[in-house]
Amino acid sequence: MKRLLDFLLPLVGIGLALLVWWGASLKVTDLPSPVRTWEESKLYILEPFAKRGEVDQGIALLAYYSLIRVGQGFLLGAAIGTPVGFLLGVSPLLTRMFDPIMQVMRPISPLAWLPLGLILFRRSEPAALFAIAVCSMWPTIINTMMGVRAIPQDYWNVAKVLRLSKTTTFLKIIVPATLPYMFTGYRLSLGIAWLVIVASEMLTGTPGVGGFLWQEYNSLIYAHILLAILTIGVIGFVLDRLMGFAEGKLRTV
Amino acid sequence: MAFIEVSGVTKAFPSGAALRPVLRDVSLSVERGEFVSVVGAMGSGKSTLLSILAGLTRADAGTVTVDGELVTGVRRNAAFVFQNYSLLPWFTALENVRLAVAASCPSLTREQQKARATRTLEQVGLGNALSRRPWQLSGGMRQRVAIARAFATEPDLLFMDEPFGALDALTRETLQGELMRLCSSAAKPVTTVMITNSVEEALLLSDRIVPMLPGPPATLGMPIVVDLPRGRTVAQLAHDERASHVRAHVVATLTAALGQRVRRTPPDPNTTLTAAALAEESP
Repeated sequence: MKRLLDFLLPLVGIGLALLVWWGASLKVTDLPSPVRTWEESKLYILEPFAKRGEVDQGIALLAYYSLIRVGQGFLLGAAIGTPVGFLLGVSPLLTRMFDPIMQVMRPISPLAWLPLGLILFRRSEPAALFAIAVCSMWPTIINTMMGVRAIPQDYWNVAKVLRLSKTTTFLKIIVPATLPYMFTGYRLSLGIAWLVIVASEMLTGTPGVGGFLWQEYNSLIYAHILLAILTIGVIGFVLDRLMGFAEGKLRTV
Repeated sequence: MAFIEVSGVTKAFPSGAALRPVLRDVSLSVERGEFVSVVGAMGSGKSTLLSILAGLTRADAGTVTVDGELVTGVRRNAAFVFQNYSLLPWFTALENVRLAVAASCPSLTREQQKARATRTLEQVGLGNALSRRPWQLSGGMRQRVAIARAFATEPDLLFMDEPFGALDALTRETLQGELMRLCSSAAKPVTTVMITNSVEEALLLSDRIVPMLPGPPATLGMPIVVDLPRGRTVAQLAHDERASHVRAHVVATLTAALGQRVRRTPPDPNTTLTAAALAEESP
């Protein structure tokens, strides 16, 4: 019974949401109904790897471009954020030095960083990576820092008593103890990176889910906007689940 | 000069704006190969004293020397057994011990380190739990790993902070026996300082018992020699006349010190309870 409900209740929720969507489409003439959205989008879903033009491509290909870009930006952010987090975690001095800067930079929107990236790099691709990295690294920095601070005194005592070298202490104690926190940070960072990608593609017009969304808006094909929105949501959900899975694996260790 | 010389050690910890004195003018000497227990009530500053001896904490005043050298940090060839085991949960039992071997004997190859770690774990009866992780082990087994970690480095100095405090009575007794065996079978004589709140445990294991007179600030009483051959058993101690003499002496010293403290300070239910508990232990 419970398993049946677990399966049915989400379906009922989806059905209700479709109903609201359909109701709204009756009132707003430009908003395509769920059925029309499917009719106009099925080409992109049924031929996910078709390549008809620069932006006119199957949804899987578009998602692939976006994911590659997000992956690169996220890795760049993690590559910067993780060591910075470790440094801030072990040094209260550095934390006090950089905390105000972090607090001010953290709430800045990707839309604000992107023009700066374009000025710095003069091309849209590195500018997008820059915006993703800058926006997504904060949770990595903060969680890694908290993880290092949360290492119990016991483990530090072990390091002292065994006279472990700095390198060994880092590799055998600090990193394993911080790993679960780091992955919480990575998960949040990846979520932000995925939010930023759409904005940056819309502004730079590069092929990808966000770029597609913006082009179809300009071409007045509103059904495709809904297709892009749903794709973004589904992929974001899957990414979060994957990272959550990795995080859960580490928590039990 | 004795192997370990403690003279005039004083320590206070900041508590809010004020300083809370913990130790005052503590002096002690321990001979090479000797097993000395510091016995006292919980929270009397025993652990602080031990971490000063081990070089984990700096004293405010006074000096600690080991083998004539001033202690400024954790010494080579010193091992520490913590009450809460302090094993690294991401490593197996074997890896926990091997990490200690690798740190103390970097000249050994990985295989040699592994072999020595395995051998020490086998000595404490954990030959079949080498690849288990700490959370898969019982409290007694965890403390066995911690003891193996200490002995695998072949220390000449061993510090133990209530090593059996968190264990049930039966496990405690088994492990005390294993500790005695490890100490007597070690290649080099091991000088041990153990902290405990159990007079029986001190009686079973040590050559001398030093009562910790509670403060604050706490200080050490006169050492009491346990004039019994090593390799004692709990059953034997229960009936031995010399043992009961030493036991009575230790308990009397501790009770007297606690009594003074109770009279000196406003009544604290915990203190009186501890005094009563100690008195009950006396035969």
